[in-house]
Amino acid sequence: MSNQRLVELAVGLFILAAFGALLVLAFEVSGLNRLSGGDTYNVSATFNNIGGLRVRAPVKVGGVEIGSVESIRLNQDNYEATVTLALEGDKPHLPKDSSASILTEGLLGSKYISIQPGFDTEMLANNDTIDETHSAMILENLVGQFLYKTSGKGKDNK
Amino acid sequence: MSDNQCLVEIKDLSFSRGGRKIFDGLNLKISKGKLTAVMGPSGTGKTTLLMLIGGELYPDSGQILFDGVDVHKQSRKELYQLRKRMGLMFQTGALFTDMNVFDNVAFPLREHTDLSEEMIRDLVLIKLEAVGLRGAINLNIGELSGGMARRVSLARSVALDPELMMYDEPFTGQDPITMGVIVKLIKQLNDSLKLTSVLVSHDVSETASIADYIYLLSQGKVIGEGAPDALFKDDTPEIKQFIHGLPDGAVPFHFPSPTLQEDLLSD
Amino acid sequence: MINQIASLGRTGIETCRQIGVSGIFLFRTLVRMPQIRKTLPLLIQQMYAVGILSLLIIGVSGLFVGMVLALQGDHILSQFGSEDQLGQLVALSVTRELGPVLAALLFAGRAGTSLTAEIGLMRATDQLNSMEMMAVDPLLRVIRPRLVAGIIALPLLVLIFNVIAIYGSALIGVNWLGISSGSFWGNMQASVDFRTDVVNGIVKSIVFGVAVTWIAVYQGFYSKPNAAGIGRATTNTVIYGSLLVLALDFVLTAMMLGEW
Repeated sequence: MSNQRLVELAVGLFILAAFGALLVLAFEVSGLNRLSGGDTYNVSATFNNIGGLRVRAPVKVGGVEIGSVESIRLNQDNYEATVTLALEGDKPHLPKDSSASILTEGLLGSKYISIQPGFDTEMLANNDTIDETHSAMILENLVGQFLYKTSGKGKDNK
Repeated sequence: MSDNQCLVEIKDLSFSRGGRKIFDGLNLKISKGKLTAVMGPSGTGKTTLLMLIGGELYPDSGQILFDGVDVHKQSRKELYQLRKRMGLMFQTGALFTDMNVFDNVAFPLREHTDLSEEMIRDLVLIKLEAVGLRGAINLNIGELSGGMARRVSLARSVALDPELMMYDEPFTGQDPITMGVIVKLIKQLNDSLKLTSVLVSHDVSETASIADYIYLLSQGKVIGEGAPDALFKDDTPEIKQFIHGLPDGAVPFHFPSPTLQEDLLSD
Repeated sequence: MINQIASLGRTGIETCRQIGVSGIFLFRTLVRMPQIRKTLPLLIQQMYAVGILSLLIIGVSGLFVGMVLALQGDHILSQFGSEDQLGQLVALSVTRELGPVLAALLFAGRAGTSLTAEIGLMRATDQLNSMEMMAVDPLLRVIRPRLVAGIIALPLLVLIFNVIAIYGSALIGVNWLGISSGSFWGNMQASVDFRTDVVNGIVKSIVFGVAVTWIAVYQGFYSKPNAAGIGRATTNTVIYGSLLVLALDFVLTAMMLGEW
């Protein structure tokens, strides 16, 4: 009978160890606490073009992460993309007249949203909208414009 | 359907395995309270017969009635209810090697009853006392000799007080003393517990000493039946050959084959 | 020629039948309601046999896999000057692929074979038959606790494997190769997503647990009751189990990387 108890104890420890491992994977490895810890509030912003922005992409102010992209959807009436941002409540709140722009990490990295704080004394709250936005830079468009301009110049010179 | 004297009745049973006919129109009756022996040369499917009675195998045709109920027409649940009334002692004992002696004998009690642990302990002690192994209660199965394993198996089979007890080759490979013990135990259990017993064996003298009635099987049929004394006096060649252990005779020494000349000359 | 085609056809039909038998076997094992009071102690016993006895091989393998990944990863990443990404490389490959797959393969070799051999031996020594004759269904008494224990144990083992592998790589990467601890863990945390990486890895391991244990108990239960039969069944457990794990891994990965 004591043997049976020993087995039960060992199995219990085994299950606890596995749950401990799960916690380590959740908080140490995937940094879940950063994303789900604490309250978040939602702010939306509308962009003409979001480029390669994806759900869960980081939202940064001055390079510091303060939230992530919650959802992306296309508006029916004007075909613009509305991006909902989940901002962490325990980070400093931003003025109402802040502007959001979609930038790229490094030259070829993934897209993220950078917020340039404004000067309003009123702060953004849940379900507010950021009015001033800058769409993603599309590399092809830039190259295209550049080529168009240089070739146009070339013609002028002739 | 069946008269009250019969616990098991086998009617016109046919069974084949791997294309070989093992039983071909077998008829048998096992009387209540009696010790019936089924004997025959090795390979006549005596063990198969017990499996058929237990409903583990299904016949090609014919039926087996246990207390008037067709074993093979039952649902799984009903079959399990029937099996609780049967015990089968396997040739090797078939004890559960991951348990000790006590847990083995307690196994059917724990599975089928809601008795308290103390009750189960008492019952197990009684059953083990009956086979003379109460002292071995805490041994592991690996520590038992072949004869002891069979006795534990016997105690386990009778733990639920079955009506029918089946023994599959209980004497094979045992030394004379162990054999004597087992012979005595089977007889004792049959008489004291008012069991009906079926004994499958090819050990003539031991079986004859305790059986009330003997069926002799060969080639899938009953070739002789009767009380032991009657069989010893029988002059039919097949019966005589088996009972007296003659190497060749009605039951051929050779497995069916073409003649040796044919085999050697063929290419 | 005709004979060869015929035998090919027979093999195909026989394989199909085997799959059918194993499906019915699984259904009959799992579909009936368990009696918790009687099943739980058996389950715990099997959790011990299947899970805890596999812990050592899983742990040691995890440690070495993590350490080797760190060495190899550092070697390649340093060519691009991005050793800092080592944590990300290790954590992603371990949680997504190596953890579930390697642990499942080791599990098939350690726990699967012992299940097959044990059940096969119980078949060969008439223990399963005698249980039948005592009106106890071996599917419920013997097979189900083992099957359920296997299905529960493998995901737990995978979690432990993952953690040990990641700490093993941290040991080499941070303490030996001198990558800064902050960037090792920071990059890891920035790139590993709990749902798409860790949880998907657990989902995989549950599927692998079902596959490996199912094959193991099936092979044992239907093995030929002699020494050669048990040997063959044990080999089959490893072969079929490993192949099925790898094939399922492909299918699951395709599903997970797609919009699932």
